[in-house]
Amino acid sequence: MIRVQKVSKIYGSKTVVDNVSLDIERGKITSLIGANGAGKSTLLSMISRLIKKDGGKIFVEGVEIGECDSNELAKKISILKQSNHLNIRLTIKDLVSFGRFPYSKGRLTKEDREYIDDAIAYMELKDIENKYLDQLSGGQRQRAFIAMVLAQNTDYILLDEPLNNLDMKHSAQIMKVLRRLVEELDKTIVIVLHDINFASFYSDSIVAMKDGKIVKEGHTEDMMDSGVLEHVYEMKIPIRMINGNRLAVYF
Amino acid sequence: MKHKQKLVVLGALAAILVLAYLLIDVGSHWDYVLPRRGKKIMAVLLTGSAIAFSTVVFQTIINNRILTPSIIGLDSLYLLFQTAVVFVAGSETLTMMNKQLHFIINVGLMVLFASLLYKILFQRENQNIYYLLLLGIICGTFFQNVSSFMQMLIDPNEFQVVQGRMFASLSNVNGDLLWIAGAGMVVAVFYFRPYIQYLDVLSLGREQAINLGVSYDRVVKQLLVLVAILTAIATALVGPITFLGLLVANIAYRLLKTHRHVYLIPGAILISIVALVGGQLVVERVFSFTTTLSVIINFLGGIVFIYLLLKESRL
Repeated sequence: MIRVQKVSKIYGSKTVVDNVSLDIERGKITSLIGANGAGKSTLLSMISRLIKKDGGKIFVEGVEIGECDSNELAKKISILKQSNHLNIRLTIKDLVSFGRFPYSKGRLTKEDREYIDDAIAYMELKDIENKYLDQLSGGQRQRAFIAMVLAQNTDYILLDEPLNNLDMKHSAQIMKVLRRLVEELDKTIVIVLHDINFASFYSDSIVAMKDGKIVKEGHTEDMMDSGVLEHVYEMKIPIRMINGNRLAVYF
Repeated sequence: MKHKQKLVVLGALAAILVLAYLLIDVGSHWDYVLPRRGKKIMAVLLTGSAIAFSTVVFQTIINNRILTPSIIGLDSLYLLFQTAVVFVAGSETLTMMNKQLHFIINVGLMVLFASLLYKILFQRENQNIYYLLLLGIICGTFFQNVSSFMQMLIDPNEFQVVQGRMFASLSNVNGDLLWIAGAGMVVAVFYFRPYIQYLDVLSLGREQAINLGVSYDRVVKQLLVLVAILTAIATALVGPITFLGLLVANIAYRLLKTHRHVYLIPGAILISIVALVGGQLVVERVFSFTTTLSVIINFLGGIVFIYLLLKESRL
């Protein structure tokens, strides 16, 4: 379980994340939603120690992240940011191999190679594993980065807008993969999403943020509610039931 | 495998050039000629390795392939110190000064300055690394302007002495300094060795490096100190020569086509030795000492630099 306790982030005079407390359950997909600038990505970055918090505590399985060795933490929790620009030219296999760095420090063992091959196979990248990243489509690229995170073999996976710049087909494909990761490999996934319908269809629980605070959190069914969403986004969002799923018609 | 083969070829080429430099026209007075040439070759091996190594590390840390450590102003500081000594105490002091003392003061000043820059950078958390570069450029320009100001005021004869220090030259390397410089480099590399394994991951950028468990700030700080020490030693030994790093690092990237520093660093070092020994051969045999090594290096480096700029802008 990830436990966030009264965490804040302040830039200059602006409080981006304001005294947030949150528990993230194991074996679930939790979506973070909210308008631009609500503090979702900042919160995610703090949980994954990419940026330092200005107050509060974050526990990953009972251990405070500031007191945990960074390398040990890299075996428990991984993050994928929205911009994955690289300055070097890598093949998919090179990239996925980097996922084993916390374990082998660059000297790959037989076990590492098995993890790498499994991750590539799981993301269905086997036939293009020797292609360079800059030759890939957006969807393949995103899958390659997820394969790297899989090779890292962490229980917790944090994703910051993984569907950015992807078309419908690839977005749905990525979300289905994440769903499988939770169900087959018992991963815990926290994901920042902009399209609330993806959150509604694929996540177990939703956390809504606004102005650096958590407005409301709960099970997906309870969160996909006109009243709640209107409060979060300050616009009218009717909800329709389609095949047992709640669809927000915000257009 | 093919990376190793390329390295072997480069190593052979470097060895051939070194032998050629040592043995061409050696004549009957080899017992006099060889030690003198050997000294120069030692200087080449030391500076070449230091510059290549520090440039590759620096470019990996800042994720940029067209900058060299000279951007943080170490070269300018070196020149400022030479100029200031002449300005305050006259050219005799500079030329007669105890060589070891002079060398140690030079290295000490440059490392001290770099540490100050890093201290400012890492005081605030999450400070962008480009802030360091910007600060370095400003300091470098300031040092340059102060030097030019002093150069305007001194006697033209005195200025000649300063000018002699502005260009890298292997011709007047002091033999005793080689041992100090060599020992300094070995100690520095040995001390910072644990951090070298992180270089591959650092080339993925800050966020990926942290995600993969690298204590980013600490590792980068240590590596930057190593870069400063190596650059300072090389500059104090033969003069401002960091431009060479740009040349050899980029040739190494193009030639080896890999991201792995196990190959990149030795590759860049070998290319650097080839370029320096080759350049020195041209200076001595083709131009018969009428030009200096840094003129050749800057000429070739400039062409490579323009080529890189044009290529980057096309992408």
